[in-house]
Amino acid sequence: MTLQVENLTLYYRTLRGDARALEDATFTMVDGEIMGVAGESGCGKTTLGHGIVLLKPPMKFVRGRVVLDGEELPIWDTEAMKKFRFRKIAIIPQYAMNALNPTRKIGKMISEILRSRGVNFKSIEPELKRRLDLVGLTYDVLDMYPIELSGGMKQRVVLVLSTLLNPSVLIADEITSALDVSTQKAVMEMLVGFRDRRIVKSIMVITHDISILYQVADSIMVMYAGQLAEKASTEVIIHQPRHPYTKLLISSLPKVGVRYTETQLRGIPGSPPPLLDPPPGCRFQERCPVAFDKCREVPPFLELEPGHFVACWREF
Amino acid sequence: MKLKERSEFLYFAWENKKLRIGVSIILFFLIFAIVGPDLAKYPPLEYVEAAAFPPSREHWFGTTIFGQDVFSQFVHGLKATFVVGLIGGSLGTLLGIVIGFTAGYRGGMVDEILNLITNVVLTIPSLAVLIIVAAYLTVRGILTESLLIGLTSWPWAARAIRAQTFSLRVREYVDMARISGMKAWRIIFGEIAPNMMSYLLLVYILQFGGAILYAASLDFIGLGPTNAVSLGLMMNYALLWAALPLGIWWWFVPPGAAITAIVGALYVTNVGLDEVFNPKLREM
Amino acid sequence: MMRLDKVSKVYRIGAFGGKKLPAVCDVSFDIRDTEVVSLIGESGSGKTTIGRMILRLIPITSGKIWFNDVDISTLKGAALKEYYRKVQGVFQDPYGSYNPIFKADRIFHIIRREFFPDIPQAEWDEKVERALTSVGLNPRQVLNKFPHQLSGGQVQRFLIARALLLDIEFLVADEIISMLDASTRIDVLNLLADLKARGLSILFITHDLSLGYYISDRSVILYRGYVVEKGSTEKIYSHPLHPYTKMLMASVPRLDRKWEEVDVELKAKQVELSGGCVYYERCPKADARCHRQRPTLVEVEDGHSVACFHV
Repeated sequence: MTLQVENLTLYYRTLRGDARALEDATFTMVDGEIMGVAGESGCGKTTLGHGIVLLKPPMKFVRGRVVLDGEELPIWDTEAMKKFRFRKIAIIPQYAMNALNPTRKIGKMISEILRSRGVNFKSIEPELKRRLDLVGLTYDVLDMYPIELSGGMKQRVVLVLSTLLNPSVLIADEITSALDVSTQKAVMEMLVGFRDRRIVKSIMVITHDISILYQVADSIMVMYAGQLAEKASTEVIIHQPRHPYTKLLISSLPKVGVRYTETQLRGIPGSPPPLLDPPPGCRFQERCPVAFDKCREVPPFLELEPGHFVACWREF
Repeated sequence: MKLKERSEFLYFAWENKKLRIGVSIILFFLIFAIVGPDLAKYPPLEYVEAAAFPPSREHWFGTTIFGQDVFSQFVHGLKATFVVGLIGGSLGTLLGIVIGFTAGYRGGMVDEILNLITNVVLTIPSLAVLIIVAAYLTVRGILTESLLIGLTSWPWAARAIRAQTFSLRVREYVDMARISGMKAWRIIFGEIAPNMMSYLLLVYILQFGGAILYAASLDFIGLGPTNAVSLGLMMNYALLWAALPLGIWWWFVPPGAAITAIVGALYVTNVGLDEVFNPKLREM
Repeated sequence: MMRLDKVSKVYRIGAFGGKKLPAVCDVSFDIRDTEVVSLIGESGSGKTTIGRMILRLIPITSGKIWFNDVDISTLKGAALKEYYRKVQGVFQDPYGSYNPIFKADRIFHIIRREFFPDIPQAEWDEKVERALTSVGLNPRQVLNKFPHQLSGGQVQRFLIARALLLDIEFLVADEIISMLDASTRIDVLNLLADLKARGLSILFITHDLSLGYYISDRSVILYRGYVVEKGSTEKIYSHPLHPYTKMLMASVPRLDRKWEEVDVELKAKQVELSGGCVYYERCPKADARCHRQRPTLVEVEDGHSVACFHV
């Protein structure tokens, strides 16, 4: 399986104009890859995840192509995407676990969703049982209301539900941010388990927490203010980053083993540019310690080494 | 409502059709009520003409079966209607605010007790109480009527305000106010109430309309003011004296239409204001 | 400076307060002068409740909190206001701490009105400017603006500046950086460490272990309202003794090593606590004794206490 994204550009309609949330994103995900998408608020990672599966107003499709296994996804057409959603590509949106209908038992909710996709509950029941087992839930969870489940349990139900029809690509948007540390670990490990068992072929993990990505992701793509900054294997991003933003970001993370009295970590001064009217060229220029005139032109996302993409003039 | 968005608010307020229509209708009747009594040529309750004359140049709305000028009854009644709405509505809102804020902010036992009182008053059929009380009082004025209405219509407002206060009270800026040493009343009126201004306005509008309807119902069954004119009273007499089968439509159509229009306009304004205050309801 | 002595908080829920919900149980620890203590716990541990009790926002059910040897539950009126001159708090949601319809500076005006009613304008302006620069903000950039016009980091620092206007000795920092972006977190964290160097004591409430390690001298680990381990940060992080602490350390995603294989029982929905150890349901070492009896905090080495029978 391959997922190719070319020049994907998505804006948000607001009362004051279009917010340029995602600009010319180009990358590829291969079979079996767990790719982390990391960045701070407003970087466009959620826009990317949602745009591929759930593009609807106020999001606006501007240009680009998304090709899954050689077939182009008509992401601008919500109706036409219906036959791909859940079956070929699925998303676990942020706060999904809080969106479970509180007046429906879990089992009823699942059968309703399946029916809306034209799948008979009975036919898929044995597989459902196997999946619940896989994530460590007992079958009686189907007989419970969401309020009877803990956060971790709800997230696991959501995980099972979104992968029930074996989509090729799963997009997981901040699925661990509201969970406790121990549950985070368990849920992420289950996610990896799904990939290992080929229930899903590849996973896009969207999160702001890079240390989680270090644990489970094969590659990490760093975004800033709607532009792709760098993509490489996890080891390379953490230990040999080349984009100035990535370097500063990695060095600003507190790690267990680092104390204030020994090493003072530094943040990145300033804040991201407004998306309604971003400066021309590289959007990191104002905060970048090595910016120069060429940065007023948008740097291309080039493959400097096999599998290592960087968008920075200084690195070419 | 952010102060900087005031111009944005006014823009949306002006653009909102429902608001424009609603406010226009209310203003129309209000001006009518203020100016009308001066325009009326005859006192409302005096017999001035032959009975049951249809609308003519002399009597714009015709005359009643007793020969009273319907137009002057109408404008005086309109004024009375607005007075009841104002006083009854204000009293109901005031009570609702005091009880709602107190119960919502203090919580605990105070809240439980106030809640109990509110629920009891809420479930008492207020119309029945009003009827009984009104029947006991041999002389009734507009003021009495307004007071009675205000005293029985506050519970729903208190509940609504309490609920809102509950939700706003746990916001972190209220905690901030508390650790800054602010006293409770200051917090309620300085921090919480300003965030509820749109809500309080809507409550007031509904109280106003509700009071008018109540008064009309009371008047209609004959328990209105003993020596005044009101729209409901007009309709009462019209009914009693068989205006419908006799075809004296000009006697009950104006008051009925006026009440419907005013209360309807109030509700439409309410919906419009809701759209203005809540950006999510606006059509984009 | 601040001492918690067997503090408990039990919520009454249901009509007329029928059922009981214990949030904090028998918690004792202290914070000394010029010290940063991390209060570490996950959701449901009671850490926020403790912070709010220290700030007198909710009443204590049993036990006492002593500030400089004064029982804070006895403070009323003017004495309470004096308390707030010395003890302040900053909360998690940076924008939520501001009333959305007013400008951000209003929080300064409130402080002025409540604590410095007679101060001349010029002196006040200078005080504000000093407070802002000491937290790393440029007064010209942040004054007279609405909260949504400032960034998350600026807004949190604004709140710290507000606390500094009061000459505080103690600050409760409740998850103050968890809603900030990674690149600004460290700046606010450095600011806290800076303030400690200038004499402030801080109770740093967090669920993120790496943050706790960065700035705190001592740490207290909470689980479902009980203290399970406490001691110097170095000792706890290098040799965690309680099974829960060990599990936390193993589950924290780190940038220098991968997750360990550790036996973890995941939480089901909170069950009613029996009379035994609070971690019984999930502990790999639990036995019958743990189910019957609740272990108390025992000092195992200098400044390091654990509540577990299997240490």
